[in-house]
Amino acid sequence: MKRGPTPFNIVSVALGLAFLYLPIVILVVYSFNASRLVTVWGGWSLVWYRELLNDEAILSAAWISFRVAFLSATAATVLGTLAAVSLTRMGRFRGRLLFSGMVYAPLVMPEVITGLSLLLLFVAINVDRGFWTVVIAHTTLTTCFVTVIVQSRLIGFDRSLEEAAMDLGCPPFRTFMTITLPLIVPAIAAGWMLAFSLSLDDLVIASFTTGPGATTLPIRIYSEVRLGVKPEINAICTIMIAVVALGTVISSLITKRGASQREQVALGVQV
Amino acid sequence: MLGERNSRDWGRRVVILVPYLWLAIFFLAPFVIVLKISLSQSVLAQPPYTPVLDLTAGWQGLKTFTAQLSLESFGLLATDSLYLLSYFKSLQVAAISTVLLFALGYPIAYGMARAPRAWQPMLVMAVVLPFWTSFLIRIYAWINILQRDGLLNDVLLRLHIIDTPAAWLSSDTAIYIGMVYSYLPFMVLPLYASLEKMDESLLEAASDLGCPAWKAFWLITFPLSLPGVAAGALLSFIPIVGEFVIPDLLGGSESQMIGQTLWTEFFSNRDWPVASAIAIALLGLLLVPILFYERLQQRSLEGGRA
Repeated sequence: MKRGPTPFNIVSVALGLAFLYLPIVILVVYSFNASRLVTVWGGWSLVWYRELLNDEAILSAAWISFRVAFLSATAATVLGTLAAVSLTRMGRFRGRLLFSGMVYAPLVMPEVITGLSLLLLFVAINVDRGFWTVVIAHTTLTTCFVTVIVQSRLIGFDRSLEEAAMDLGCPPFRTFMTITLPLIVPAIAAGWMLAFSLSLDDLVIASFTTGPGATTLPIRIYSEVRLGVKPEINAICTIMIAVVALGTVISSLITKRGASQREQVALGVQV
Repeated sequence: MLGERNSRDWGRRVVILVPYLWLAIFFLAPFVIVLKISLSQSVLAQPPYTPVLDLTAGWQGLKTFTAQLSLESFGLLATDSLYLLSYFKSLQVAAISTVLLFALGYPIAYGMARAPRAWQPMLVMAVVLPFWTSFLIRIYAWINILQRDGLLNDVLLRLHIIDTPAAWLSSDTAIYIGMVYSYLPFMVLPLYASLEKMDESLLEAASDLGCPAWKAFWLITFPLSLPGVAAGALLSFIPIVGEFVIPDLLGGSESQMIGQTLWTEFFSNRDWPVASAIAIALLGLLLVPILFYERLQQRSLEGGRA
């Protein structure tokens, strides 16, 4: 749209953004509050960050979550990219409808259902639950997000480059490696980041599929939060927000190179 | 030549099969198991349900297994008002939240689409960014605000709007605040995407022909944004029905949403067949909106971008 924004437009966007950011800002500010009470401002302090450093349970949960997120995001990026290539470059194949159904369904499937069903699968095939079952569960969940992101990039770019290479006798695999892959790398990176942060964030599916010795950070935070607000939780949340904000800035810098605005919008919608 | 063709076919097969098999094993097969256990009965054993399919017993084993399946869990769901009430509560919360999201999200998306072109990617980023921070953290942030000695009561007391601290937390109001807060990007982004690509000349034509701005909005802009409305509503409604974290942390204990009921049946009552039956019934409830959403998604991703 070309016409300028009206005052009403400006106010609604401003209020919307304030609504989205105010609670997060409050959380961050209060993680530096010396007082234990939310309503009492006791001055700036790093006391809750120091407490956090002594909290073995939170730290080990954070380390487990980080490893789960790294492994599952990496696996999901490989699987998701293959799935996106299958759906956009392989034409028709048997079972395609079922395949695309399986790709899109987890995006909207309630987490309690995905979690419960995966747990029952692990019980049925007699696998001990723990670290690796959470990795598998998160890989399954996040693969679909990677697929959608990579797929929208694969649809978005000019296929004539690939066709030219193939016409000149370049085998499909080499065409993919030398032409397609460099063009979709930003989307793959964005997909990995999204998978990583989704895994780091997940409480429900991890609760179902975890076992002894594999308490992830959200599970730990959840059990603390149920008992009430603790300033240490504000501190760990602030650290997580900082990590995610940094990751987002980096990934947006990567995506900016190459992706047009239209595609970014499409990507945002898929997210 | 034939050899090359063969290897090409093999490569193609591997590319398709690897993700296909992964999803079939870890996404599709589990549903079959859930369906099977929802037809089983709860027992005090490990695993806590019967019958267990014994494949070594061959055909006879399969026959006794099938004979032992029962609809008992589904019968319980249909007769015990606890389950019916929580399904109803889930649908109610999801419907009201979706309407609230639409009412709040549309002006935001519209304002974003009207903003100067150069600002728009930044505004999109600003709306997406909170989505990247943890869901749990965002809900937790609201506990800081809504609890009895929290910030909201503090501000209201200081402004003398209320005299005694109000109970915001553990109420339906808190659930709606949490839902609207968490799902706002899901509503705003599809709406923005459909508003942003609208053809401005249509509005100019309407205005040249003497159509007042509000009428032009109602006759042109709004109908053209309907695909975005549908996508935004589905993307909010479907996950909200099955939501667990928000009602559990912000809501009260008097009535549960269906995700909480499933969680309680599974983790507290250890009744796996009933938990599975709840999951199957929930899936049945969401089947129509999910299929509708999948068609929208497929159309936008595979049919080129219209």
